[in-house]
Amino acid sequence: MLDQVKGFSVTLRHLFRKPVTQEYPEYRRPVYPRFRGRHQLHRHENGLEKCVGCSLCAAACPADCIRVVPAENPVEGRVSAGERYARIYEINMARCIFCGYCELACPFDAITLGNDFELSEISRDALVYTKDMLLAKPERRTPSKSVELYDVPVQEMERVLGMYDVITATNPEGAPE
Amino acid sequence: MATTERPTKLWPTLEVLSPIPSELSPSTDNPDVLEINLGPNHPSTHGVLRLVAKLDGEIVVGLRNELGYVHTGIEKNLEQKTYWKGITYVPRMDYLSFFTGEVGYCMSVEKLLGLEVPRRAEYIRVIFQELTRLHSHLIFLGTGSVDLGGIALLFYCFRDRDHVLDLFEMVTGQRMHPRYCQVGGVAEDLPRGFEPEARKLVRYLRNKIGEYEGLIEKNPIWRERTVGVGVIPPDFAIKMALSGPNLRASGVDWDLRSANGGYGAYRELGYSPVLAENGDTFDRFWVRVQEMRSSLDLIEMCLDGLPSGPHIADDRKVVLPPRHELHTSMESLIHHFKIVTEGFRVPAGQVYVPIESARGEFGFYMVSDGGPKPWRVRLRPPSFVALESIAAVANGHYLADLIAILASLDPVMGDCDR
Repeated sequence: MLDQVKGFSVTLRHLFRKPVTQEYPEYRRPVYPRFRGRHQLHRHENGLEKCVGCSLCAAACPADCIRVVPAENPVEGRVSAGERYARIYEINMARCIFCGYCELACPFDAITLGNDFELSEISRDALVYTKDMLLAKPERRTPSKSVELYDVPVQEMERVLGMYDVITATNPEGAPE
Repeated sequence: MATTERPTKLWPTLEVLSPIPSELSPSTDNPDVLEINLGPNHPSTHGVLRLVAKLDGEIVVGLRNELGYVHTGIEKNLEQKTYWKGITYVPRMDYLSFFTGEVGYCMSVEKLLGLEVPRRAEYIRVIFQELTRLHSHLIFLGTGSVDLGGIALLFYCFRDRDHVLDLFEMVTGQRMHPRYCQVGGVAEDLPRGFEPEARKLVRYLRNKIGEYEGLIEKNPIWRERTVGVGVIPPDFAIKMALSGPNLRASGVDWDLRSANGGYGAYRELGYSPVLAENGDTFDRFWVRVQEMRSSLDLIEMCLDGLPSGPHIADDRKVVLPPRHELHTSMESLIHHFKIVTEGFRVPAGQVYVPIESARGEFGFYMVSDGGPKPWRVRLRPPSFVALESIAAVANGHYLADLIAILASLDPVMGDCDR
């Protein structure tokens, strides 16, 4: 009998502690700024798409989940800033492993991985995200923690390598959101 | 070696089974021997392992492992991906000790290339290898205690595991499978908030490990279930090629972090392995709890002595150029395109790089034919080897003890089947 009480001593002490549970749908825990969630395609300030359809993201993808079909920019009403643009840009979220190689590969910072992780759908077809879906701002933004604290590298690269630039893959604008 | 200094201990004799070392055939002529299936969907098998057990009453007299239910062909996949893309595949084998897979893969590519890794990157790699070891041991402890009928430890361990994963999310961007380790170093430098948070976690976990010890070491119910159950003598453990905590629980002083001088930053840090004496189920649990303590010590040592400098090697043929150079330097852009599309070429040759994962020796044997993809990658998974010995160890034990022994060997089926 004494053995059993002794065996439960740690468990009994836990009875008087506060629960660590977070009530998820009501409380949305902020993600860290480097978190890799749902992809986003970006536009320049003048409204033109940053993506020029070079397919480097598709080449870099280890899961082969990106499909890019490029086309020549029309003379009237350009779509992108480059010579060509992505006529079709699709990401299959069911295949994506969120490794972030696409944003590392993109030379124009056109695609980044955002903070949103609530991606469940009731059909597989709905998980194929088209260009319009990726260009649009997400409906509900997931909060993010301090960029200053959790994204800026600890070392002043200026001193180490003579090149300091806050621009990282996850934070292409170089400034807190 | 430390084993000779201890008083001689009487080990039970355990012979390697023949003709198949992993298969135990019943020696009784009792006609009532019952053959039952444990798995593949059994909660205590840690994945999809099928154990075909032959029972004489409640005593295990025959045992056969059936593997391969989560075979994903990762070795074959790696042959079809460039070295850079392969990094994302390896952590998905041993999904509990994910970062060690990445480090082992990158280390073998670096060895083929003859690439020097900056000291800072080596230290960061050690920090995350130890964090992933903590993560793996916490899950082992939690699920292992569920197998023995105690659910409390599962909740405590999963609660604390989340704090470990928070650090992964902060630095690498993903809670598991981070692809943080890259050939030549690590993908990004540590953020400013990392050190205080890591020190906070070390303090927190030191405190909590005392609590786990209270639940297993001092708990009479736990001791009753585990002490003297499934004893593995050191000579048998060596014969069956056990490695990692399973081997050290039998008192064999072998840890790749310290053996032959260690690898990476372990060479500088110096590490002395945790050893137990009896090699029973209790000791296999105990060794892992004590290893969590030494992991915390190593993390603290790394944080104290973290050298400054670049976090990735400066080799433009292998390592992606810095982001900002893509907008200014044509040469960088060409290198970038080359690495992403075609991949870098690795000189022909073959290497074997063993690395101490949370489960033991995780070996990468890689053959390159000079192209951008590995010609052959062969892995030595510690779980697969550990499962080989379960038939001999469980011989003559109760069915419930078989579950305890299986839990204490800590197999991960993703690692085992690849």
